[in-house]
Amino acid sequence: MIHKKQIYFDYAATTPVDPRVMQVMLPFYSQAFGNPSSYHKLGQDADAALENARETVARYLHCLPSEVIFTSCGTESDNLALRGSAFLARQERGANHILISPVEHHAISRTAQQLANVFGFELEYIPVDKFGQIRLEDIAARIRSDTAVVSVIYANNEIGTVNPISEIGELCQSKGVIFHTDAVQAASYLPLDVRSLHTDLISIGAHKFYGPKGIGALFIRRGLSVLPAQTGGGQEFGFRAGTQNVPYIVGMAEALRLAQSEKEERTQSLKPLRDYLIGTILEEIPDVQLTGHPEERLPNHASFVFHGVDGNALLMMLDIEGFACSSGSACRTGNPEPSEVLTSLDLDRDWALGSLRVTLGILSTSSEIEKFLAILPKVISKLRKLR
Amino acid sequence: MSTKPVVAIAMSGGVDSSVAAALLVEQGYTVMGMMLNLWNEQDSERSNRCCTPDSMALARRVASILSIPFYVLDARQIFFDSVVRPFIDGYARNRTPNPCITCNRIVRWDFLLNHALAAGADFLATGHYARITQNPDLSFQLSRGVDPSKDQSYVLHVLTQQQLKHALFPLGAYIKQEVRQLAREFNLPVAERPDSQDLCFVGTSGDYRQFLTRHAPHTQNPGLIMDQQGIVLGQHQGLAFFTIGQRKGLHLTSPVPLYVLAKDRHRNALIVGTSEQLGGNQLVAEGVNWIDGYPPESPLHALVKVRYKSHDFPGLVHIMSKDTIRVEFADTLRDITPGQAAVLYNGDICLGGGIISDPTN
Repeated sequence: MIHKKQIYFDYAATTPVDPRVMQVMLPFYSQAFGNPSSYHKLGQDADAALENARETVARYLHCLPSEVIFTSCGTESDNLALRGSAFLARQERGANHILISPVEHHAISRTAQQLANVFGFELEYIPVDKFGQIRLEDIAARIRSDTAVVSVIYANNEIGTVNPISEIGELCQSKGVIFHTDAVQAASYLPLDVRSLHTDLISIGAHKFYGPKGIGALFIRRGLSVLPAQTGGGQEFGFRAGTQNVPYIVGMAEALRLAQSEKEERTQSLKPLRDYLIGTILEEIPDVQLTGHPEERLPNHASFVFHGVDGNALLMMLDIEGFACSSGSACRTGNPEPSEVLTSLDLDRDWALGSLRVTLGILSTSSEIEKFLAILPKVISKLRKLR
Repeated sequence: MSTKPVVAIAMSGGVDSSVAAALLVEQGYTVMGMMLNLWNEQDSERSNRCCTPDSMALARRVASILSIPFYVLDARQIFFDSVVRPFIDGYARNRTPNPCITCNRIVRWDFLLNHALAAGADFLATGHYARITQNPDLSFQLSRGVDPSKDQSYVLHVLTQQQLKHALFPLGAYIKQEVRQLAREFNLPVAERPDSQDLCFVGTSGDYRQFLTRHAPHTQNPGLIMDQQGIVLGQHQGLAFFTIGQRKGLHLTSPVPLYVLAKDRHRNALIVGTSEQLGGNQLVAEGVNWIDGYPPESPLHALVKVRYKSHDFPGLVHIMSKDTIRVEFADTLRDITPGQAAVLYNGDICLGGGIISDPTN
């Protein structure tokens, strides 16, 4: 019943801060609290920590430290990348065309829509297949000489599908078009090597990989023109002015180091649990479909649609039973309109309204999965009877 | 594990449901908040008044102050189909529907109650001003709230024994001022919110006539205004825009105030007359619900309310069939209106009621 100990299955929404991460952050609140731009030793210490963190992030992205810009979150990184590159591409070469997928996070899709509606860019969507995956030829056919920027999400947050970013990057590179990828979900489990990904811009956010909320980074390939969104004291190589949030930046670097160096083990332990979860649900519950790609998906990610079930009521019932899950819609407001991502999969409304996302994390156990699998069929059948 | 009963409280972000939630928590129940996302006019600036983003944020805030979980359920379709559509159709058929009654019957005490029970609740509570007591034979009784100006048993007369068994009205024993005072004592940020109005789904103006014009354009159907002798006094824009007993909006010049006496559907005529001519001394009501679950001995003397805000009138109730009654009044009542409910009381006890039918039936 309610007030049960909650089991957390919403790691794609956010993750708890790893205690090891918290430890490295603490000194920068009180002892080493200096402003990295200051002249004195206290400032120099903060600056050293900041640049150390930048080097760590650069190491995992296989890029130069000067190509790493710290921002306040993944959304800000996406905004800076898309808006900043589109504006300057237009100014420098008259490029006015933006290509994105229909399965982008709102941080990209809403920004692109604003660029179209307010700033007069031409926005075009790349179609996706039934798994929400982008096909190379569909991008190739749409890239034009006046394409300013292409943005394709690395791994989708709602349906977990991983896109062929390397190939898309290569294609864009060969055509001389700027390519951005939102790697906010991918950063926990997938390689971020910009050399093999062939990307010009990559967004990440720390709280998806056991770092603190409110800190993100953007990789900007050296020499790329990006219009700063925030001007001021010239921090972050002029791309993002404002005193850096040193403890959070230090925390993000440590969290990324742990995620990237432990990603094999994390994947090894989570994927079997996730596969068991998906397999059992598909076998034991009638009228259910997996959403997203069956194999090429994030290893911790399971997402479904249940026919004839109200997704909101499902989340409520699961929460009451002690499971914190999510769906593919803006469910907080009781407005379960199918998301743009689910809509792009051509699901019937009766299916798309009953979405459920279960995302696992480093604290997930097989006993948690067993408990969940014991409850879910009952909840689904109760809800279907209510209709 | 807790053995306390689990109560789902229907929250609207208003003072009543917020205080009801706080009282339940104080009384030791395991409480969860539920809010319905109701239908509102498309393209209108605001949401349904009971569930604007503002109301929702307040309800959420109250829930967090009380440390109870809070869930929003989508009820837009069922609310439109069972409340808004019949409201529009009722007016189009020259009745004056009471959507709150339908909402209570179908949306709150069926849809929401069933969701609450499925979610493991033992009770559904609301911030209504009404009381439930249990009889020695274990059946349930519905009574008026103690605040006569706030009593809402009128809109709850549709409840069945099965629903009452799972219903809690924590505010039934309080008057409104006490509830506002309690809201302050509980430090709820809703203490000074104005009382909610009827017709939560009608846009900003709150004017149902504009709403009808938008959603049922055929209600714009000009006709004649005449007196009982058939003498033409003016023109109206559509019978749907008038209700029995209405005085304003007739735009007639007359030495004495004129009131809507009746709507003559066949001639599309609005019949008006003086206050002395207004009213009737009997009514027929259909779809009657008896709180006890079965009709009492007929005929029976009861106090009758023919509108939410009307006074009690003593009447003699004849039970015509399982769900039809005819009520005779000693006095002449001014506002017996088809579509509104006639609700019967024995003192403070609500016996049940039904929807007043057209006089031509």
